Amino acid sequence: MSTEQIVDAVKQAAGAQRALHITGGGSKAFYGHAVQGEVLETRSHQGIAGYEPTELVITAKCGTPLAKVEKALAENGQMLPFEPPHFGGAATFGGAVAAGLSGPRRAASNGYYGAVRDFVLGCKIVDGRGDVLSFGGQVMKNVAGYDVSRMMAGSMGTLGVLLEVSLKVLPTPVASRTVMLGLRDPADVIRRFNEWGGKPWPITAMACCDDEIAVRLEGAEAAVASAAKKLGGELTGEAEAAQCWLGLRDQTHVFFNGPEPLWRVSVPSTTAPLDLPGRQLVEWGGALRWLKSDAPADSIRAVARQVGGHATLFRADGATKRAAGVFTPLDPVLARIHKNLKATFDPHGIFNRGRMYPDF
Amino acid sequence: MNAPVTNSLIDVLRQTRVVAALRAFMPEAQVLFDAEDTRPYECDGLSAYRQVPMVVALPNTEAQVARILKTCHELDVPVVPRGAGTGLSGGALPMGDGVLLSLAKFNKILSVDALARTARVQPGVRNAAISEAAAHLGLYYAPDPSSQIACSIGGNVAENSGGVHCLKYGLTVNNVLRVRGYTIEGESVEFGSEALDAPGYDLLSVIIGSEGMLAVTTEVTVKLVPKPEKAQVILASFDSVAKAGNAVADVIGAGIIPAGLEMMDKPATAAVEQYVHAGYDLNAEAILLCESDGTPEEVEEEIGRMKAVLSKSGATRLTVSQNEAERLNAWAGRKAAFPAVGRISPDYYCMDGTIPRKALGTILTFIAMMEKKYGLRCPNVFHAGDGNLHPLILFDANDPDEMHRTEEFANEVLLKCIELGGTVTGEHGVGIEKINQMCVQFGAQELAAFRSLKTAFDAKGLLNPAKNIPTLHRCAEYGGMHIKGGNLPHPELPRF
Ligand SMILES: Cc1cc2nc3c(=O)[nH]c(=O)nc-3n(C[C@H](O)[C@H](O)[C@H](O)COP(=O)(O)OP(=O)(O)OC[C@H]3O[C@@H](n4cnc5c(N)ncnc54)[C@H](O)[C@@H]3O)c2cc1C
Repeated sequence: MSTEQIVDAVKQAAGAQRALHITGGGSKAFYGHAVQGEVLETRSHQGIAGYEPTELVITAKCGTPLAKVEKALAENGQMLPFEPPHFGGAATFGGAVAAGLSGPRRAASNGYYGAVRDFVLGCKIVDGRGDVLSFGGQVMKNVAGYDVSRMMAGSMGTLGVLLEVSLKVLPTPVASRTVMLGLRDPADVIRRFNEWGGKPWPITAMACCDDEIAVRLEGAEAAVASAAKKLGGELTGEAEAAQCWLGLRDQTHVFFNGPEPLWRVSVPSTTAPLDLPGRQLVEWGGALRWLKSDAPADSIRAVARQVGGHATLFRADGATKRAAGVFTPLDPVLARIHKNLKATFDPHGIFNRGRMYPDF
Repeated sequence: MNAPVTNSLIDVLRQTRVVAALRAFMPEAQVLFDAEDTRPYECDGLSAYRQVPMVVALPNTEAQVARILKTCHELDVPVVPRGAGTGLSGGALPMGDGVLLSLAKFNKILSVDALARTARVQPGVRNAAISEAAAHLGLYYAPDPSSQIACSIGGNVAENSGGVHCLKYGLTVNNVLRVRGYTIEGESVEFGSEALDAPGYDLLSVIIGSEGMLAVTTEVTVKLVPKPEKAQVILASFDSVAKAGNAVADVIGAGIIPAGLEMMDKPATAAVEQYVHAGYDLNAEAILLCESDGTPEEVEEEIGRMKAVLSKSGATRLTVSQNEAERLNAWAGRKAAFPAVGRISPDYYCMDGTIPRKALGTILTFIAMMEKKYGLRCPNVFHAGDGNLHPLILFDANDPDEMHRTEEFANEVLLKCIELGGTVTGEHGVGIEKINQMCVQFGAQELAAFRSLKTAFDAKGLLNPAKNIPTLHRCAEYGGMHIKGGNLPHPELPRF
């Protein structure tokens, strides 16, 4: 679809107050609430619009397969620094930004990686009136106007159709090693993760499932080797290491099997193991706890809230999601601001209605 | 720079009413209105703009902040927040009919959590004080604006400030976890969280860089990162600015992200050498400062790679710092560039445009042309790795014609930055200073979206109004002033 066709589709829907369901590859359709409405597919709006490796910026249209973007970067020794989950082969670039999900690398403690939003430099969107708006740009630093483009990351298509996004990219580290360690006491694991995070080591991922810990070190060859020695444990082969992080990134790891609802509990990294029934997998050096549990939503959210975090019902059947709500409810002041923002960008309420919260 | 606003007269009746309303819950010493007391607040770091505020409020508790805001909201009185007043775009410029809300008394570091690597601080805490407080834990706060010994973290959040180490470690927006504050209605509100994300839209990204127009910050949780075990800087000389510019792209193209990658041209180097006596190469047309940090092994490997790339790019001289004293010495000049230039000219005007790195050569040639056109000197320092320029136009503010030429010079450079695919401001903010150029960088619809976004937080438009986002009316007037060759800069803009 061309920009004009997307604009037309939006204008028609706006005129008729008809809901639109923006869909990329559908790889993250499970995330958030089900959306009613006419499908507006973005896959045919694709292509890398601009990529100059020495500028550290890639600009691509929303429907470009994520894999294609990653391939173009890899050919130039670069990568998307937030290691976005694909959840299957169909993932699109726009979908990855709109979902706002980041992979294992989010755990990097040395300050130069981050989440999707940390790498968004600019975007072009179609708003709910059918106007094409551009925010941010292609330069590393830009404080002109409010930073609308970063807000698009994780807005789940509720504010507009992302036509094109510019992201900052980074060189792929020269060396990568993964160390496996065994530790029995979950509280000890959390403590160690945080201690290691405070060391000047090139850690780019830390995860723990049951009593198995995986730590990834990436950077200059010498730095990786010396940190691996200090950490101890067992060095993993390249293929096995890649498998391990891919399994976590795309949730193909066995932990994610099974019928119980999957909760994504985001907490301060030092939070003690959650006192909740069910199994837990720790990612992001302690800051992300995956919980497979049938425990009531209220009790999970209460535990998360108590430590300053929040809980998302990441995977569950529709009825469970409707009953519990997928995302943690907003406090009244924030809810009002959200409502106003939604009205700013989507005055007729046509985009992905109900995907995040009942009213948007 | 836009023509300085003239001091508007203060409505004494209104002033009396507002002072009484605020003194109902604050001690007299915390509510100032006498011109003698309020004059120190008349400008920020951009002293070409001055306005004595109607009232200055100096709260020291959050309850007071909430009540000041609520009171002003009820009375329809605009509020301008202020941190340390080092801003360079007039963001904290007071209003003659408004309250200047100083957060200076909120100067406590509330906690430093060594294990979680975070610090919870009040907004008036100086940027450098955070790293000082965390130093004994081997941690620091990464964004390091050159003004870091003076500027406040509240101001940093409002401007999304950067520093020489932001190429590798990110800007304020990448290093803050949570901002707590108050809306103009006096309601407590929290953006982000002490976890790595928060439910709903990423409003933390919007608050950061919002120039004090959406909420008043009263508490900030920042990330601390492990202090690298070692850092070394290379001073590389080049016999042309263009070669230095290309070297920047070559370093990055080689897959290296330096901890800092800064450039100074010959006039800037001469000025700072006079000021700090760091032993810079005065014959070089441009100097690059290229820093590596990390483990000793990492630094050794990277310095080797950097030297190879820089030599190949045509560096005429390479010096590597051999110890911490030498490294700090090398940075001293770059960090003191503004005051150093301040010593060789009665006034200087600092621009902040950012361009794609590949356009460095083009913009430098353009600036040299402008120096001739306007008969004004303009040394250049930049965050070269980020493409963020700080050309410094030297002028004498007492000479109205020089002042005017400076404005025109700056305007042309900013418009050129936009034309090259960049932005009018990389880190200093729009404030009042670059508000006209916003009309060129953004179309009417984007500006309308910005205004509507502001309304989403501040329906009455009372929090630091008149900054950052121009009205369409203002754009039409500015467009009228800058018609070139019969072409309006933004033909699609409705003109009133
Ligand atoms: C010599 C010199 C060097 C500089 N170098 C750099 C540099 O390297 N990088 C860089 O990015 N900047 C630099 N600056 C600019 C300036 O220091 C930064 O913009 C800084 O963040 C401003 O902080 P402040 O506390 O002085 O804020 P102020 O100037 O007081 O205010 C700036 C803005 O923040 C708002 N504000 C302040 N506090 C709050 C609060 N608590 N809540 C809501 N809004 C608030 C104000 O309304 C205003 O819009 C430099 C300035 C000077 C004078």
